[in-house]
Amino acid sequence: MKELLSGNEAVARGAYEGGLHFAVAYPGTPSTEILENISKYKEIRSQWAVNEKTSMEIGLGASFGGAKTLIAMKHVGLNVAADPFFSIGYIGARGAIVIVTADDPGMHSSQNEQDNRNYARSAKIPMFEPTDSQETKEFVKIALGISEEYDTPVIIRITTRICHSKSIVEFNDRKEFPIKGYEKNVRKNLILPAHARILHKKAEERLIKLREYSNNFKYNTIEYNDKKIGIITSGISYQYVKEAMPNASVLKIGFSWPLPDKLIREFADNVETLYVVEENDPFMETEIKAMGINIIGKDIIPITNELNPRIVKEAFKTVEPFAPLDIKEKAPIRPPALCPGCPHTSVFRAINKLKLIATGDIGCYTLGALPPLSAMDTCVDMGASIGNAFGIEISQPKSDARKIVAVIGDSTFYHSGITGLIDVIYNKGKITLIILDNSITAMTGHQDNPGTGKTLMGEDTVKMDLKKLVEGLGIKHVYEINSYELEGVEELIKRETNRDEPSVIIARNPCVLLPEIRKKPKDKYRVDPDKCTGCQLCVKLGCPAISFDKSTKKASISEQYCVGCTLCVQSCKFDAINKIEGSL
Amino acid sequence: MNKRVIISGVGGQGILLASDILSDVCLKAGFDVKKSEVHGMSQRGGNVVSHVVFGEKVYSPLISEGDADVILSFEKVEALRNIDFVKKDGVMIINDLEIYPLPVSCGLADYPKNPIGEIKEHLKNVIVINGQEEAEKLGNIKVMNVILLGVLASHLDIDKDAFIQTIREKVPQKTIDLNLKAFDVGYNYKG
Ligand SMILES: Cc1ncc(C[n+]2csc(CCOP(=O)(O)OP(=O)(O)O)c2C)c(N)n1
Repeated sequence: MKELLSGNEAVARGAYEGGLHFAVAYPGTPSTEILENISKYKEIRSQWAVNEKTSMEIGLGASFGGAKTLIAMKHVGLNVAADPFFSIGYIGARGAIVIVTADDPGMHSSQNEQDNRNYARSAKIPMFEPTDSQETKEFVKIALGISEEYDTPVIIRITTRICHSKSIVEFNDRKEFPIKGYEKNVRKNLILPAHARILHKKAEERLIKLREYSNNFKYNTIEYNDKKIGIITSGISYQYVKEAMPNASVLKIGFSWPLPDKLIREFADNVETLYVVEENDPFMETEIKAMGINIIGKDIIPITNELNPRIVKEAFKTVEPFAPLDIKEKAPIRPPALCPGCPHTSVFRAINKLKLIATGDIGCYTLGALPPLSAMDTCVDMGASIGNAFGIEISQPKSDARKIVAVIGDSTFYHSGITGLIDVIYNKGKITLIILDNSITAMTGHQDNPGTGKTLMGEDTVKMDLKKLVEGLGIKHVYEINSYELEGVEELIKRETNRDEPSVIIARNPCVLLPEIRKKPKDKYRVDPDKCTGCQLCVKLGCPAISFDKSTKKASISEQYCVGCTLCVQSCKFDAINKIEGSL
Repeated sequence: MNKRVIISGVGGQGILLASDILSDVCLKAGFDVKKSEVHGMSQRGGNVVSHVVFGEKVYSPLISEGDADVILSFEKVEALRNIDFVKKDGVMIINDLEIYPLPVSCGLADYPKNPIGEIKEHLKNVIVINGQEEAEKLGNIKVMNVILLGVLASHLDIDKDAFIQTIREKVPQKTIDLNLKAFDVGYNYKG
């Protein structure tokens, strides 16, 4: 059977065919659909972890128990998981361990474009880089095999254009393997210095063997053509090279750590000028130069942003530089925005009005930073809002201290906010933390989390009691509020930021995009133009359903987009916004 | 020669579904096909773009500037935004619909007065269709996407039956006739 699969779906299919037992991840674009698709195969147990570090540790535990395991994350997730990740590089894999890192050149939905190939080198872990969905599926299966054969975790490094591109994949059947079972082995699994010294040596020896594997790997292939230009490439860049330079000779690297040194030398000897085309860091270039081989890379290929066929053509000067038309500048930007009726809105409106310092975090709510809400000062990494707020509090002179709030989403709080809050309590901080609890991980497309009472595989589970959790940490002032009470939210935030003790506000309402919320019949509202004074208080909510006509100086509401949250009704001082009768 | 198609619009308009149907059609018609898009931030009311490339052997799923044979835009400003991608002799199909981005609706930016006019100054082959109006004529605004897909289909060298068969498989049983009718409206549209 042949089907069009995205790279993420292909990872799932490969995991299934390769006999995977267990998969674990924390969501993160562009990797999220990997677990969502694995969870459709009931033969594999799959679950969402609270973050990437716990994913890695649970995954390793499953491997201790002899299960074939896959751990997936977006590139920055590997930073969170780096501690156990480096240890696994020494410990190896009793049950196979495949770690999928989904990098994001071009930063379509990330805060940086770190190149996780560097992690393979520094943690001494072998790495595959597929060039399309078919290879992605095959490499996951191969990785499951060599992981146990060489007693090593294996990285599958994919990027946004692999994850979210579809190409044709041929299906095979699943192979079943028994789970090997647990076996105590402290010299391997307990990495004291004495054990680790030996394990480090083993890891280095393993890499030497894997270099031979790489030299013989059948997907590391030379495609000779015109030998004037020889291009070494990997991953999605291979596709760009083949389209842009159809006559060049190409060495395609499917297994890029350790690099196939013999194959590279052979290729270098047979072509006139050698190039390397890779996105972001000069990973292969640095290694190949260290082999004493002349190669041209980042001198002509940009280091920032993703590539495409045109960039490759321009680098090799086979086309003139592109001359963009200036008329497209007339298209106003269309930034993503909080949805009409988003329950996060009221908190940001209040922060804006109260002119608070607001440290932010990562999620849909980061959009509260955009105008007109403009209610976020910082965004660094998941969980950072709390530590950042506390640090600002510490560094502010008492005399002109401004009030500080930290703003975090529910999933982000479970991911890595709890530890920061303990710091605040322990070290006598006074910040106010606002947890925006929309009962879902919204940004990445609605994944369950410990607060939703459901597992990835759709089973009921314990639903975390956020208020009790926070109280249990020692916060005395914890308040829950309905986030559609515009004034109430503002008053509560004002009161708590004036308090000389730390406090937590849990602002609640489910995400408006959740299917059960979408389905509910909704009141619709409209602006009475006779009463509208053009004050724009409603416009300041940043609701995409509200627009303001500069010529008539009147606001209006799109009936199509209005979800009846009434925040604008509450914001209007002139009773100009009314329910459309019978709109339910 | 490979054909390169871009479908653009605004999050929530059904761009990804339309490009899914198109790529399935290509597969059915016996082509190699790749499709590329970006998920994530774009879905919160931001702009969405999907690339579909098909032909005998496809390498890059991503289409570069100046390389698209056809662009179908579900919204006018999004057509303007992607103008650089269409070939000089390529076709642009534009749905005559304005969706205001947030900076426009809160008065921080202006929606251009005549984006289609601007595009026509640079491009010979521009087809404009009022998808909503055509859909309303059929009594269901939801079939707008299928109408637009029909217009697109009439500019691609793919067997019409592959479209019809795919639509039959993809839409709810009860709406097959309506959707096939909508597809024909687009397919026979002379803009
Ligand atoms: C280390 C890391 N892992 C994953 C992500 C991807 N990610 C961005 S926001 C987010 C979840 C946000 O959920 P929540 O905090 O509940 O806020 P919401 O989007 O629901 O408002 C995730 C998983 C990331 N940016 N960084």
